[in-house]
Amino acid sequence: MVLKIFFPKCCNTADSGLLVGRWIPGQDSAVVLAVIHYPFIPGQVKKYLTQMRSQTKVDLTVLGSWSMPKDGQEGMDSFLKDLSTIFPHSRWLQLSRESGKRAFTCRVVQENGKPAAKKDGDDNNDDDDDKDKIIFVHYDQRKVMLSQLHPVQEQKGSEEESTELRTMFQTVAQSEPLFFHDMYDEGPLKLTHWQSEGREASIIVELVKQASVPVCIVLTWLLSVWHWLCSFRIFHVWPVQFISSKLSTCVQTGYRADHFQTVFSTRKATTHMEFMRKANIFVSFLVDIALGLLLISWLYRENRISQLANTLVPAADHVAKELQELLEWLMGAPAGLKMNRALDQVLGRFFLYHIHLWISYIRLMSPFIEMILWYVGLTACLGLTFALSVLSDIVALLTFHIYCFYVYGARLYYLKIYGLSSLWRLFRGKKWNVLRQRVDSCSYDLDQLFIGTLLFTILLFLLPTTALYYLVFTLLRLVVVMFQGLIHLSVDFINSFPLFAMGLRLCRPYRVAEGVKFQVLSEEPGTPLHLRMEINPLKFSSVLQCYRTPTYSCYPKDSWVALCKKLFIGELVYPWRQKSTKTD
Amino acid sequence: MAEEGPFTDISGKPISLECQNYTPFCREFTVSSPKVSLLKVMGYTCSVWLLAYAVFFLTENTTVLSSAIMVTLVGMILHIHFVKVDQETLLIIGSLGIQLSSLYASGRESTTFIEMSKIKDIVINEAIYMQSIIYYLCILIKDPSEPDGVASVVPLFQSSKPRLNCLVRVYKSCQEIIAQSR
Repeated sequence: MVLKIFFPKCCNTADSGLLVGRWIPGQDSAVVLAVIHYPFIPGQVKKYLTQMRSQTKVDLTVLGSWSMPKDGQEGMDSFLKDLSTIFPHSRWLQLSRESGKRAFTCRVVQENGKPAAKKDGDDNNDDDDDKDKIIFVHYDQRKVMLSQLHPVQEQKGSEEESTELRTMFQTVAQSEPLFFHDMYDEGPLKLTHWQSEGREASIIVELVKQASVPVCIVLTWLLSVWHWLCSFRIFHVWPVQFISSKLSTCVQTGYRADHFQTVFSTRKATTHMEFMRKANIFVSFLVDIALGLLLISWLYRENRISQLANTLVPAADHVAKELQELLEWLMGAPAGLKMNRALDQVLGRFFLYHIHLWISYIRLMSPFIEMILWYVGLTACLGLTFALSVLSDIVALLTFHIYCFYVYGARLYYLKIYGLSSLWRLFRGKKWNVLRQRVDSCSYDLDQLFIGTLLFTILLFLLPTTALYYLVFTLLRLVVVMFQGLIHLSVDFINSFPLFAMGLRLCRPYRVAEGVKFQVLSEEPGTPLHLRMEINPLKFSSVLQCYRTPTYSCYPKDSWVALCKKLFIGELVYPWRQKSTKTD
Repeated sequence: MAEEGPFTDISGKPISLECQNYTPFCREFTVSSPKVSLLKVMGYTCSVWLLAYAVFFLTENTTVLSSAIMVTLVGMILHIHFVKVDQETLLIIGSLGIQLSSLYASGRESTTFIEMSKIKDIVINEAIYMQSIIYYLCILIKDPSEPDGVASVVPLFQSSKPRLNCLVRVYKSCQEIIAQSR
């Protein structure tokens, strides 16, 4: 087997001493975590290690000795070789560096005291199989400690399933308390390992940390009040519930409440995914609020609200006028098509009456619109998503007449298609068996056949007129649906985009690791293989996939074919997803 | 180790295989395909520009010309950044793992490392590609649930597609190392 030694880069130039680390169980590899410098008292080293073992829950041992040639320390080598008798071990590593050479030499001593594998360059009396059987993997201790391997394994118990690299990453991450020992600390032991450049905390950060707990408690209490309000019976009466499930503002409020519950729960996030979810939601929330405030600062300056109101009413008026003209065009001979005149007139008058109602409604509303807009605009301080949802709702309310036309047209068309299909079956001497869910043959009377054929003819000849109305209003409706869908998409994007994870990937790529990559360092003959281990960051697409906050857009959508089919048979289409139709 | 014999890819273009033996259990194979040929780039650019000029001649709209320049530039950048692979490297380290990396013409490098404990074997496989049958080298990944099963297959040298004689050389030395580490 090949012996692998993971060696931290920062210990390359450490003074001579003892190697502290861990043998990875089941694998032939060792992770070096720190170097304890000479001079030390062996008893104190043992005490320190047991103390660290209980703190880090990592099986820390003395792996071997490390010698770095220096002036005036000639006798050190033999001394370090003798150390192996003091510390209990199964294998003892003797790493040494020679001045002027970049590579190390390594010698492994088994428990019985005889050298198992010699790698000294000059005395190669062992057989060739034992040659070159040591790999040095140089790693950056800080990056490995902070990084998180993906896919994330949450449960800690599955250590036997985890691979060698994962165990190595875990070992380094768990032995973080070992690295708190500062280089300049006064103490019996001197260690070399990675250490932070000082833990000087800014006073603001500390204050925020102190303040976050009471703030979280207050917000949780407010949330519970909100949930208590929501649980009133009046909100569960049928029309209120139905309307609130269709208004995107209410839906957005529900999402926000859910998110707050996740973020402000006083329980500390234990796992990596939980922490990332909290951070993502919090950062998206902050960005959302910031964008909303920007919008407000733009909106409430230079009297833009009244300008908007002044353009909105004429625009709605204009739309109604255009619709009126369209209807008048349809009531004549649209595009040279010859329609059934009586039905055409009836339908056209019906729709015209609707538009009349609509215009009077708009007139009634017009003096209040500015005020309504002013108050509604304030919701933007809750975030851009709220402003967008309100906009979507306003669009839905202002185009209510289009929706009505569409529903009438669709219902009429649906009835026609339904009647035609069943009469077509009658025409062929068949009928739909409801119990068996299939088409059966059936013998009809002469009268039934006569009436059925007559109705079929009438329906067939009236179909083009209804189909035309349906087509025109469906197109109008689709424009509105597309606009609303666009708003929904952007709201959803802000809600679910993992901003924190993306920022982490951009600024600290090693924090989200997909794996590792190795690079062969320039080697000198007669020394073991030296590899440099670097962290391979996760791809942006995988970051997005892994960390996005689940929202309703994550569920499978209707395909385009399904949409076209719905449109063809005259079923209603909505910008929002219908959950009730899925269940039954 | 110097390369032996001229190697070609499946369409007959010359490629070069470079083997580097660091130690008996660590080898690196680099398959490099020819660089982007200037003639080809010139050809594409000229054809797009001539087309644009023809359209410009008909419509007399100068935005056509500027958009043609933009299209060629953006197309070239996308091509060298995402499509054209200059070098593919297979680094096999006994008992540690196998690292695949491909170097794009723009200098972008994408690397994956597969640990030895996950690898079942390296084999040469046959595949039907358009109208012909080609050989390719692939790594079989172990299925963690059942010891004999293969969870997935990772093809090697996907963009340079060398012929069988080149694959056999890589295969033999890879097998040597895998056999050692078992």
